[in-house]
Amino acid sequence: MINTFQFDTAALMIALPEIFLLSAIVVVLLLDLFLTKPFKQVTYYLMQLSLLITGILSFNLIGQPETIIFGHSFVLDDLASVFKVFMMAAAMVTMVYSRHYLLQHALLKGEYFVLVMLSILGMMVMVSGYSLLTLYLGLEILSLSLYTLIAIARNRASAIEAALKYFVLGAIASGLLLYGMSMVYGISGSLNIAEIATFANSAELVSREVLVLNFGLVFLVIGIAFKLGAVPFHMWVPDVYQGSPTSVTLFISTVPKIAAVAMLVRLLVDGLGAMQPYWSDLFMVLAILSIAIGSIVALMQTNIKRLLAYSTISHVGFVLLGFSTGVISGYGAAVFYILAYVLMSLAAFGVIILLNKKGFEADLISDYKGLSKHSPWFALMMLIVMLSMAGMPPFIGFYAKLLILQQVISSGMITVAIIAVVFAVISAYYYLQIIKSMYFEDSDKEITVNAPMDMKLVLSINGVLILVVGLFPDFWMKLALSLF
Amino acid sequence: MQNMLLSLLIWLPILGGGLVILLGNERATMARWMSLAIAILVFVMSLSLWTGFDSSTHLMQFVEKSAWITQFNINYHIGVDGISMPLIILTTFSTVLVIGAGWEVIQKRPAHYMAAFLMMEGLIIGVFSALDGILFYTFWEASLIPMLLIVGIWGGDNRIYAAIKFFLYTFLGSVFMLISLIYMYNKSGSFSILAWHDLSLTATEQAWIFWAFFVAFAVKVPMFPVHTWLPDAHVQAPTGGSVILAAIMLKMGGYGFFRFSLPITPDASLQFSDVVIVLSLIAVVYIGFVALVQRDMKKLIAYSSISHMGFVTLGVFALFLAYDPQAPEGAFLGLEGAMVQMISHGFISAAMFLVVGVLYDRLHSREISTYGGVINSMPKFTGFAVLFAMANAGLPGTSGFVGEFMVILGAVQANIWYAVLATTTLIVGAAYTLWMVKRVFWGAITNPAVETLDDINGREFSILAILALAVLVIGLYPQPMIEVMHTSIEHLLNQALTSKL
Repeated sequence: MINTFQFDTAALMIALPEIFLLSAIVVVLLLDLFLTKPFKQVTYYLMQLSLLITGILSFNLIGQPETIIFGHSFVLDDLASVFKVFMMAAAMVTMVYSRHYLLQHALLKGEYFVLVMLSILGMMVMVSGYSLLTLYLGLEILSLSLYTLIAIARNRASAIEAALKYFVLGAIASGLLLYGMSMVYGISGSLNIAEIATFANSAELVSREVLVLNFGLVFLVIGIAFKLGAVPFHMWVPDVYQGSPTSVTLFISTVPKIAAVAMLVRLLVDGLGAMQPYWSDLFMVLAILSIAIGSIVALMQTNIKRLLAYSTISHVGFVLLGFSTGVISGYGAAVFYILAYVLMSLAAFGVIILLNKKGFEADLISDYKGLSKHSPWFALMMLIVMLSMAGMPPFIGFYAKLLILQQVISSGMITVAIIAVVFAVISAYYYLQIIKSMYFEDSDKEITVNAPMDMKLVLSINGVLILVVGLFPDFWMKLALSLF
Repeated sequence: MQNMLLSLLIWLPILGGGLVILLGNERATMARWMSLAIAILVFVMSLSLWTGFDSSTHLMQFVEKSAWITQFNINYHIGVDGISMPLIILTTFSTVLVIGAGWEVIQKRPAHYMAAFLMMEGLIIGVFSALDGILFYTFWEASLIPMLLIVGIWGGDNRIYAAIKFFLYTFLGSVFMLISLIYMYNKSGSFSILAWHDLSLTATEQAWIFWAFFVAFAVKVPMFPVHTWLPDAHVQAPTGGSVILAAIMLKMGGYGFFRFSLPITPDASLQFSDVVIVLSLIAVVYIGFVALVQRDMKKLIAYSSISHMGFVTLGVFALFLAYDPQAPEGAFLGLEGAMVQMISHGFISAAMFLVVGVLYDRLHSREISTYGGVINSMPKFTGFAVLFAMANAGLPGTSGFVGEFMVILGAVQANIWYAVLATTTLIVGAAYTLWMVKRVFWGAITNPAVETLDDINGREFSILAILALAVLVIGLYPQPMIEVMHTSIEHLLNQALTSKL
């Protein structure tokens, strides 16, 4: 309730990462105005520094007991802190990769970094949002920044098209989400997640109220499915992935996915946990469709960004499968999966960006012909990513799938597990196409890697982590499962 | 040292392979010598598995166990018994040969080639020694990766098709196994394979698990009708790849039946043994005839491999029919024969592929019609080739005879007609092998290029001589090998015959 709002300085400490990032955004934005062309990179370093500090601040908050502040609209628990730390880490990596891309394609602008910081702020609000309003607010900060980010390559028709498409479809999805929220608010009388949960849990719900809640629930699920890119709300994903500058694709395909999962947890697990049987079924359908469509349609792709878009769709299917089990360990499995996915996606787009040169986007599968000869190390990194995405042990992608499958099977849905693994085999075919290009085919075109040292180093660590975390996944699994 | 032996056998080649990659293709000679040194070292170390082995117990030996993924009670649990130990030695032995066989032949990225084989050696040893379901699955799947690259990078003209087909076939087979592994974990709370041996399962559960495992292993063996990847992979793979495929990778499938199907799902194995026997007999007889009409030597040997591996599955599943409480030897012979057949086929198929490799290196053709009268220019080589061909045909005195004879003895106990059908392979096998020998090695020289062939050099001679020795020793005196398996096989037989219902 709003009337219980009290201003408490202790509460500020809970939201310190967000407050710091917001201040940093303002400072960087102002500073950028005064930086002349040769010093534009200062903005980049300042952004990395702010992200690092924000990450450290979030890390320090891990282990705090669950605290709800700002009039029941902002929550801090381990889920929030851990997600924020991972988001910062992922964002910093994306920015290391992006800088190379932006320099190659003359897109390096201060606004780019400011927009990225803004979108990250939006995601942090989503992760910690504890009322329908804050969640929506966070989502909009994120989305508006992303639309602009795509359009930053303003002289590329494909980027403008992608931005518009994303904007129009995103607006519809936001509208649907908002509509669902209004239903839930209308029947429960509260915007606050905890109160909605109490309402949905109460035993004396009459059938009319259940109906309205359900009605709202469907729209909430659609909104979330859109943001995650689950079938049948996936139409934007391939076009936006392909049309956006690769550095933006890299960003969209990684960090916001974590935030979307957090929003899912806040709205459906924390808020409408009582309705779990209903949304479980919805997720099950979305999951199977996503896995199937993501695996089959990708078979025909020749553009690697588009291919990875479909691959993302099928990975999202696995995440939703984890949530559809309706048990806490299933949610933990889904969280492990999304973090594993982010690690893999970072490396995949990292390799694409690595090969970028002025006038060369390296976005066709055939561009990778002979990579293993010209750059054996980074071909190996890409090999690891592809095998991991296909679910081959000993890479992290396998253990993520193992966790999900284990949960699905222990919920008694063996048929679903069988469907999922069969499509995983089908999807292996297109990952093999990339391996084929890199290793089995040769090209007379010399592929040169002229990325800066920091990018090469981070990308190498990124790739090796996919193997190392795969060999020793215990700690990360426990961490993911401890968040619920 | 003793307790770390298995781990060393697994990780030394894998890490050694990494080192060889670091050496790089530029320092090819050094990479070759280093690979050979690692392979020989691993082989010598693996011999102490044999010398230190206690053949009086069926219990796992050289056991190592430490927690790996505690969340799921997954352990790094490895150990060997009389079934897996000989297969590990076969693996280390074959790898030495393969490294030797690729010495001058492989000029394209030689360091990577050697490293791939070393890594695969470690992974396959891992498959044979893993006692934890997920550990097993990890090694099982990971061993596909080097083979995919070997076929895809160093293979023939149609290598891409063959590599991808091989990968997808085996991957599809094994995902069902994964599902049943998880199912058994959910039921038992553990991924320990030995614990699963005692896990009680209903008839329906057993049936599902049996078929899930069956798909995985049948693709690997390979059994009719899921064998079609093998001829493609064999023909396209470089010689070393074919050798490892035939000598070891196929054995992973057979090993799976021994380690998983029989002890975990004994009742389902009994129930479906007829189906498996029929499929095995189709492989033995029909595929034998298919081999007869091949014009490509490698394809011929590939089909002959399928036919010979049919004996393995026949021996394993005939035990249910052959078992007679009064005379348990019949069932026992079949099972033990299957094991002997796996080892012996490892040597013979390796030898046959190396023989073809020697010819291919000289004339770059696998077509039988290219050759003819090779004996005139390569007399030493022909001597070896004929010996191996005889072994492939199952001539008494060679290792090929021992396993097949034991399986046939077991099959007689099961059903005389099974035995009759299985025995036809001795005729058909002799027909396709000797006919090939006749067309390739004997007769007049028709192709002028054959006239100028150089006989085998010292390297090739030693590799073939070592294999010839192995084939003869097992053929003439199989007793020591049978002895180490004996107790484990006996225990397995009891497990397979004890109903879990």
